[in-house]
Amino acid sequence: MKALTFAAGLFTASTALAQTPVLTVYAPDYFTSDWGPGPAIEAAFEAQCGCDLQFKPGDLLPRLLLEGNRTEADVVIGLNTDVTKKARDSGLFAPHGQDTGALTLPIDWTDDVFLPFDWSYVSFVYDTTRLDTPPTSFEALAAAPDDLKVIIQDPRSSISGLALVLWVKAVYGDRSEEIWAGVAPHILTVTKGWSEAYGLFTDGEAPMVLSFTTSPAYHIAAEGDDTKKAAIFDEGHYAFFELVAKVAGTDQPELADAFMAFVLSDTFQKIIPETNWSYPSALPKADWPQVFQDLPAPAKAIFLDEDQSAALRDEAIEEWRRALSQ
Amino acid sequence: MAARAVAIIAALAVAGLILGPVAAVLARAGDMPVPGPADWQALRFTLTQAILSAGASVALAVPTARALARRRFPGRGLLITLLGAPFILPTIVAVLGLLAVFGNKGLLNLALGGLGVPPMSIYGLHGVVLAHVFFNLPLATRMILQGWLAIPSERLRLAASLGLSPVQVFRALELPMLQRITPQAFVVIFVICLSSFAVALTLGGGPRSTTLELAIYQSLRFDFDIARAAMLALVQLAIALTAGSVALWLGRAPGFGVGLDRDLPRWEDGALTRVLLDTLWIVAATLFLLTPLAMVVWNGIGAVLTLPAQVWQAALHSLGVALASTLLCMIWATALANRMGEWLALAGIALSPLVLGIGLFLLVRPFANPFDLALVVTALINALVSLPFAVRILRPESEAIRTDHIRLAQALGLSPGVWVTRVFLPRLRRPLGFAAGLTAALSMGDLGVIALFADPDHATLPLQIYRLMGAYRMDQAAGAAVLLLGLSLGLFWLFDRGGRADAAT
Repeated sequence: MKALTFAAGLFTASTALAQTPVLTVYAPDYFTSDWGPGPAIEAAFEAQCGCDLQFKPGDLLPRLLLEGNRTEADVVIGLNTDVTKKARDSGLFAPHGQDTGALTLPIDWTDDVFLPFDWSYVSFVYDTTRLDTPPTSFEALAAAPDDLKVIIQDPRSSISGLALVLWVKAVYGDRSEEIWAGVAPHILTVTKGWSEAYGLFTDGEAPMVLSFTTSPAYHIAAEGDDTKKAAIFDEGHYAFFELVAKVAGTDQPELADAFMAFVLSDTFQKIIPETNWSYPSALPKADWPQVFQDLPAPAKAIFLDEDQSAALRDEAIEEWRRALSQ
Repeated sequence: MAARAVAIIAALAVAGLILGPVAAVLARAGDMPVPGPADWQALRFTLTQAILSAGASVALAVPTARALARRRFPGRGLLITLLGAPFILPTIVAVLGLLAVFGNKGLLNLALGGLGVPPMSIYGLHGVVLAHVFFNLPLATRMILQGWLAIPSERLRLAASLGLSPVQVFRALELPMLQRITPQAFVVIFVICLSSFAVALTLGGGPRSTTLELAIYQSLRFDFDIARAAMLALVQLAIALTAGSVALWLGRAPGFGVGLDRDLPRWEDGALTRVLLDTLWIVAATLFLLTPLAMVVWNGIGAVLTLPAQVWQAALHSLGVALASTLLCMIWATALANRMGEWLALAGIALSPLVLGIGLFLLVRPFANPFDLALVVTALINALVSLPFAVRILRPESEAIRTDHIRLAQALGLSPGVWVTRVFLPRLRRPLGFAAGLTAALSMGDLGVIALFADPDHATLPLQIYRLMGAYRMDQAAGAAVLLLGLSLGLFWLFDRGGRADAAT
């Protein structure tokens, strides 16, 4: 009898599930993890959509390109500007249909397919107990005493590493290789991804690491530690955007549209800063958590759009590789 | 006859799991490019570091294993278990531990600074080799130690009663054993180091230390250039299988033949200089391998009890995956414990894991949702990549048992079932326990092909460590690493102990 009740319950539960529409969202692993923004966003959206939002973690673009039109994704969140050209050319994405006037970014955003949901500036983060006067430009870093060491990420395997070489290329153009040759003695080592580099930094292996201007917010808000600061460069900082896009072949177009609108809502935007440790993309500064308002920010945002970055990328990486292989 | 059929099925399964994904990737890839100058440079560096790393690991493992084979001291069994730990840690954790000792602000430079000696930089080719030796010395030591323990004790007694000098014993008994064992140990480590990427880059200090695997990663994850990735992966596979063939040929000498199948006390060599030398080797290897681990534990132990529930759940998933992988791998390895099997099993670690992942994804995708199969695929891949180690460990004893007892079995007309359960498996117990322990521990620590087969609801422990790090929670990540280390070592110890429950070794 008990088994029968249980089976009946299971049956009702599964039919109930079958009637709830499912919105499948591909997202990077850090996004969906218990310590990322995913769980709070899932709960907030499900409270209003009458649907089941399912995050599927993993590689975004490689996976989508392998799946092509047969993908089960309705929405993809967590793309970045380095892959938008390839993503756009695939024809797998549909216009987002949102008013980009609501965005509060340091640059004008007019893309009608990829919609930013957060952003930050790429920067070096240093330990104030080990470094009194941080460099204020790449040239100052090159001229710094030899014992100023920094850990960076490889532009061939990491998006922040790629943003770094594009930053140098955008500021210094033809002088980039010369700048890299000057900076090279200060580079302690190069890691595969951000986590390895940041782990080495917090372990004290180097006084400075390539990260984001918003990284210190985590240490201040979560750990009460104000010894981690971003070194602000006078020449400006490369702006890093994370994007969301609607899949053209979605079988839940209304839900996908609702999610795109939800991304720009205050609910979503207020979840971002203290779960993703980055700036929200559509929230006035006055509404940011205090710790984010207080962070030092660069005077100038540098950004290469997808065509500019595609044109410069191979050259920028090769100059970096040559200079650091000496 | 039945054994032969099982061996053929096992061999086909391995070949299918390698060739299937390769074929799927090639079909998708189209025309392959020719390697460019940067690829040749990466190939050169990859080969250089792999040869140096494997050579140094084996060269250092010989005296270490010899010392461990000759000496008896309290805690020896525990030490042998602990020495295996570096091999089973996720690379990121091991690298942090290694740098806590050898890095810029590590213990070594702290000590040198205290003595007024200028600091030593770990970053460079020497750092890459040091890290690879740290990972692989334990494996090499255990493989070679097995070789020493497999020398029939009757031979040693005979040598002693003939009054042979240590040099004569070495030439008559130990050298032939080393000639059979070391080429295989070398090639397994060489192939592991071929696909090194994160370790080589971080310890190498920059793009000078670019390996083929980095180029494959870049092609697949960044450029989505499958053709280039496939070309590079085939180059890597060809190198590994060539090296495997050479090693098989070098290690082709026959074993020691029939012994009386009794555990007898090993030889006692009490000359003071040799006791001191052995002690020195054991102490040096212990310090080298265990200090970085002690740093990992020191940095994380405080956070273990504060770990969130999701980490403990992930630990359970990982245990399940590890046990499934172990069972599968042991069946596979027992069937493949022969020359051909050893060569074939090498392919499991010779194919770039990224390419293997993409290939499996392409194969599975038309029939099932890869998300649902994540843990199954992970268990399967973990078994596949542990196979070369398991086969290497099982083969010497497995072949010895066959040579020693097959005449008895034929004379008595034993059925295959009785042969396996009464004769074969009981005698294979020690290496089987060791191989199972190694597989279980490796599967706990391995990230597998998780990038394309990530289960949204069942994260594994290594994945949670990466997630904690990605969310700035470095302290909790360190705690989770200690948990992983504890569980891996625990599994390893259980199996390994189980295998030598009634032996003095």
